[in-house]
This record gives sequence, C-alpha cells and structure tokens, in this order.
Amino acid sequence: MYKNFLKIITFLSILVSPFLYTSAYAKTKVGFVYLTTPGDHGWTYAHELGKQMVKKEFGNDVEISIVENVPEGPDATRVIRELAKQGNQIIFTTSFGYMEPTLKVAKEFPNVKFEHMTGYKRTKNVATGNIRFYEGRYVQGVVAGLMTKTNKIGYIGAYPISEVIMGINAFAQGLRSVNKKATISVIWANTWYDPVKEADAAKVHIAEGADILAQHTDSPAMLQIAEKNGALGFGQSTDMGAFAPKAQLFASVNNWGPYYIKKIKQLKDGKWNTGDGPDHWAGNTWGGLSTNMLTLSNFSNMPTDVAKKAQAAHDGIKSGKLKIFAGPLTTNDGKEIIGAGKTLDDGALWGMNYYLEGVTGKVPK
Amino acid sequence: MIEFTPRKIQSSFWAILSPIISIAITIFIGSLIFKILSYPVMESLYQVFVSPFSRPDRIADIFVKACPLIIIGLGLIFCFKANIWNIGAEGQFILGTLCAGSFALLFPETKTYTLLFSMFIIGFISGAIWASIPAILKVKLNVNEILVSLMLVYVAMLFIDFVVRGPLRDPMSFGFPLSKVYPDGAIISKVDFPFIGFLGQFHYGIFIILILCPLIWFFINKTLPGFQIKIFGSSTRASEFAGFNKNKITFYVLLVSGGLSGVAGVIEVSANMGRLQPEVSFGYGFTAIIVAFLGRLNPYGVVIAGIIIATAKLGADNAQMVLGIPKVVTGIFEGMLLFFLLAGETIQKYKISIRKDN
Repeated sequence: MYKNFLKIITFLSILVSPFLYTSAYAKTKVGFVYLTTPGDHGWTYAHELGKQMVKKEFGNDVEISIVENVPEGPDATRVIRELAKQGNQIIFTTSFGYMEPTLKVAKEFPNVKFEHMTGYKRTKNVATGNIRFYEGRYVQGVVAGLMTKTNKIGYIGAYPISEVIMGINAFAQGLRSVNKKATISVIWANTWYDPVKEADAAKVHIAEGADILAQHTDSPAMLQIAEKNGALGFGQSTDMGAFAPKAQLFASVNNWGPYYIKKIKQLKDGKWNTGDGPDHWAGNTWGGLSTNMLTLSNFSNMPTDVAKKAQAAHDGIKSGKLKIFAGPLTTNDGKEIIGAGKTLDDGALWGMNYYLEGVTGKVPK
Repeated sequence: MIEFTPRKIQSSFWAILSPIISIAITIFIGSLIFKILSYPVMESLYQVFVSPFSRPDRIADIFVKACPLIIIGLGLIFCFKANIWNIGAEGQFILGTLCAGSFALLFPETKTYTLLFSMFIIGFISGAIWASIPAILKVKLNVNEILVSLMLVYVAMLFIDFVVRGPLRDPMSFGFPLSKVYPDGAIISKVDFPFIGFLGQFHYGIFIILILCPLIWFFINKTLPGFQIKIFGSSTRASEFAGFNKNKITFYVLLVSGGLSGVAGVIEVSANMGRLQPEVSFGYGFTAIIVAFLGRLNPYGVVIAGIIIATAKLGADNAQMVLGIPKVVTGIFEGMLLFFLLAGETIQKYKISIRKDN
C-alpha cells in the first residue's frame, strides 16, 4: 500500500512537473517604481498608462507590482531590492533620480533585468530608456508661431538641465521656422511637479503679455490658468485636454507602453539586451516620434491650415526629413554653434547650455 | 466647552495599557477600511504590521529608515523639554549634510577615516550654527524661534539646490544636479555580519544610537544642566528664581539639537547616497518632531517611536507591492496610529469634562 502510494506520487509529479515549469516560465513578474502617484496626470500617469498597455498586451502572462511615491534616496534602494527579492524578473525604475539606487541593486541581483528611465548609466543588467521629448516641442513651436498674436511665448521650465534646455531650443527652432518676430521667455519653476508654483509662473507669463504657454513641468496647472485667462497652451506627458478643453492646442504624449512591451517580450524570448541601434544615443534607447515613444494628441483649438502645418512638421520629423537642429545655428547672444549644412549630433544635444535665437535671457548657471 | 484638568495621580497601569489600546483601535478601524475597499483584511494587516519584521534584512531596513529620525528626535528632546520649539531640524539636517559633504569633496583621494571623523564634527558644527540663528534672535531680540527655524528650512533647501546645480555639480553628470561621488574615506560602509553577510542597507552609522541614547538619558536625568532644562521647560519663572541662566539654556538646547540634526544628515548621506543631490532629506526633520513627542521626550521612547514610524512606512511599501494597496490608504493608518496614541496619552494625563458655559 505504502509502496504504491509512493509510486503514484512519483508518477504524478513527473506528469505535472512540465506544466509547473511552463506556467512558471510564462508568467513574467514585472515591477514598477513610481516617483509620485498616477494622480499627477503627468509624468507618473504616463508610466501608469504604459503599465496598463503591458497588462493589456500580456494579460495573465505577466504579474505586475508597483510601488508609488518612492523618494529618490535610500527608500528607492530598499524598494527596488525588495521588488527584486520578491522575484520580479524585470524592474522599471521610472525617474532619473533612481539611477544610483538601480545600479546598486542591479549589482546584487545579476539575474534580474533593470530598466532605468531617463538615466545614462548602463551595466550588464541595467538598460536605460528615454524619449526625445524635444521633437514634440518643435511642433509646439510651429503651432505657437502661427497662433500667437502678441508674439510672446511663455515657457515654464523645471530645471536648467540639458534635457529641458534642448526642449526650449527645439521649440525656438519650430517657432522661428514660421515666425521670426516671436520670442520665448522662460520661467524656471525649480520643480518637476508643484501645481501651485506652475500656476504662479503661468500667471506671470500671462501678465507679461504671453498668449501661448508651454511647459516642461508635469501638472495640468498651467493649462488651467491659460483656460481661465483666454490663453492657449500645450499639454505635457499626457493628454491634458480634459483639464483645459478650450486652451489645449495639443499635448506631447509620452508613450512608454511600446518600449515596456518590447523589453518584456525580449526577456520572455531570452533576448533581453541593453540596446544598440539607430535610435540610441551612446547605447541608450532614445526613441521619439519615429518609434512611437512620443506621440501627439489631437490638434484642437486651431484653424485647419495651422493643424495642417503642424501635421507636416510632425510627419517631417517622423520620417527623418526634417532635421530640428540643422545649421546654421546661432545662440541668442550671437555665437555661431554650427554653420549651414551641418546638424547637431545627439551628444551635442546633451551638452546644451545655451539658448538659440528666439529665446530671451540667459541660461542660469 | 471641553475642559482638561491634569490628573493628580497618573496610573502606571494605564500608561502601559493606553498605547496598546490605541494600537488595537487603529487595527480595528483599519480592518474596517480594508474591508470596505475590498482588500483581504488579514493579508493586508499582515503586510502593514508584520511583514516588515518577517525577514532579517527587512528588520535591518527598519533601522536604516529609523536612524535619521531617531538621531534628530534625540536632539529635539533637549529643545522640547525646555519648551523651545525648534521646528527647523530639517534645515539643520540639510546644512550639516551640505557642509560635511562639501568638505569631503575637497579631498577626493582620501581613503582614511579621519575624513569621516572630521565630517561628523563639521556636520555637528554647521547644524548647530544654523540653529544658532533662531537662538541668537530669540535671546537678543525675543524673536519667535518657531518661525525663524521653520523659515530657515527653506533657505537651506534652496542653498543646497544652488550648490549642487552650480559649484559642486559633477561635470560628468550631463547637466543633472548631482555632486561627484564621495571619496572612500567619507563613506560609511554597510555592516558585513559574520555568517550572514549584508542585511539590507544596515550600516555602521546606526550604532551611534547605542551611544547617544544612554548618554542623553543620563544627561537629562542625572546631571545639573539636564535638571535645569527640565525646570526651565516646566516653569520659566521658577527656574529664574533658582538663578538659572535663561538665555544660556535657550541657546544651548538649540545648538545641541541643531548639531545632532547635522550629524544625522552626515550619517544618512554618507551611508546611503554617497554624494550630494538637491534632495537629501525627505521630511526627516519634520517626521522627527512626531517621533520626539510619540516617544514622550524620553530617549528610549524616541528609539521605539522611530522604529514604529519606520515600520509603518515599510509596511506601506510592502502592502502596495504585494496587494496593490495605494499608499494613501496605508497613509490613513499612520495618521490613525498617531491620533489614537496621542489621544490615549492625553486621556491618561488629563481628566476631560464637559462644562456648560453660562
């Protein structure tokens, strides 16, 4: 009796084990670390939408854990390590400040894949991904140049770092391609997310005569102020039309989903890598309109001919025919950056610490 | 009108029981909230309260999280005992970090721990100097120390922001606001436990609490200056009649509190970040105020309170990871816990009666 029992058990376990194995294989555990909550309707919300696309694509083949409101310090290290310990096979850390914590934990878990968004340091199991946000800003510049009546554009920047400055300069290039008289003035909010400060900056811009507002901060506060004051503006990270139906011209939408899906697929197929190829800068995945990592929401509150020109600019960038930073480029204090016929390369973009023509003022040092 | 009359005899039985009852009520109401939001009740409670203790490395991480809270809280005991309201520990923490960190970055090749030792001293002095501003204004001009110390927090925040974006920015950081990495001699290493290895982020800096806590207990309870601080806090007039120097006490309690905040900053950044960044403190200086009061201004109480607060934070992270419970829900738990603990203490110390006004 006892012998038979053992036999049956052995037989059953042999029978069942391949299923156990495959089900364990098929279900990929994915972790996400968020800086704020998806309720910011900006940066983190865009990542949340990406996560939802992952869920939709893989369904029950993935098991997703998220942790929100993780400050960029020792808490991040602990949370990322905890996610790794709980068996997540790929972990997306979705803010620049998670760079060191991600690298630290990645060293301890060589078999777990880490994806750090918007950073630049990679190792064997840490890949980085970023979006060419500036491409959308060129199109914003085109629309702003055609729509402005006062020829004054108000721009709210988060911090004077290369990523934000290249956005301002791309906006200026778009603006000047259609309107040489208009100028951009920049207010630094010194925060990525603070609806009160962003709203204050918007009010100052409007008081100074700006009728088009653009932002490189995360909340819809600026658009809400524009809506109240009859000004127009552009949404950031996600479609913010619901907050300002009469003010939003369009929004640059960060579309992380396809990137996440691509990387998880690679992991499932055993082909995960830290990336290389044409849409990379020094090995980082840096995708824009052409890879759908950046998309534009519907054009609204503008005449059809403006929308057509915006669409043309969008298509030009997407196909690669339109080069945003093509020479001749001159800084706003008259220094030549490159001559005609040349184009700035990606490395030069990350070294931008100057404003191009069309922007007033100086980059804070 | 509600009236609070102090109880003449405080029952030690209730002193022990009241926090237990408070925690029980928190758990009960918390379970109701989980039930209403249709999360599994037992599993949720487990994640919030028990899971932080479920693995050695998790327990170690509780101490990592609690370390800055406890050190700042220990310093605040001096101020609050003396009825001096130092609300600016956050700023003193930041300034201590900034000065000690800048000093470390001046000696990029140093490998010896003399550097770390000097950083502790610089951290203490610079935190104390930051706290001396409200102290001097209070002593000389009778300016409210609550406002001055609080506002200096924002000055310190903007100052470190400026320094990390400007003079101390690492040229290799692609314009991102980060300083260079500290030299080896300025890093507090993680503890390599025999047979176990590293546990979470557990670092040698945490051991300073073992020295500070009994030292401060001894100072407050067994020495004359400690006695003076207590008398000064409970009755300024009485302490003046006794001939205690009012200005001196005000000045020194702020200095010590600011200094310890600065030391907390040095430990936190040297152990966990190893470089300066715009945000080095995540509200530690403010949370420590709660920790100090939750610990009833007793050094050992502060250690326990720090651990409770840290546990709640870690539990909230785990609950979200495993069950997807948003942080706002677990945040309610923290709030309730504080509310009931403080309410319990109030009821235990005061008799509450409702009196009808004419």
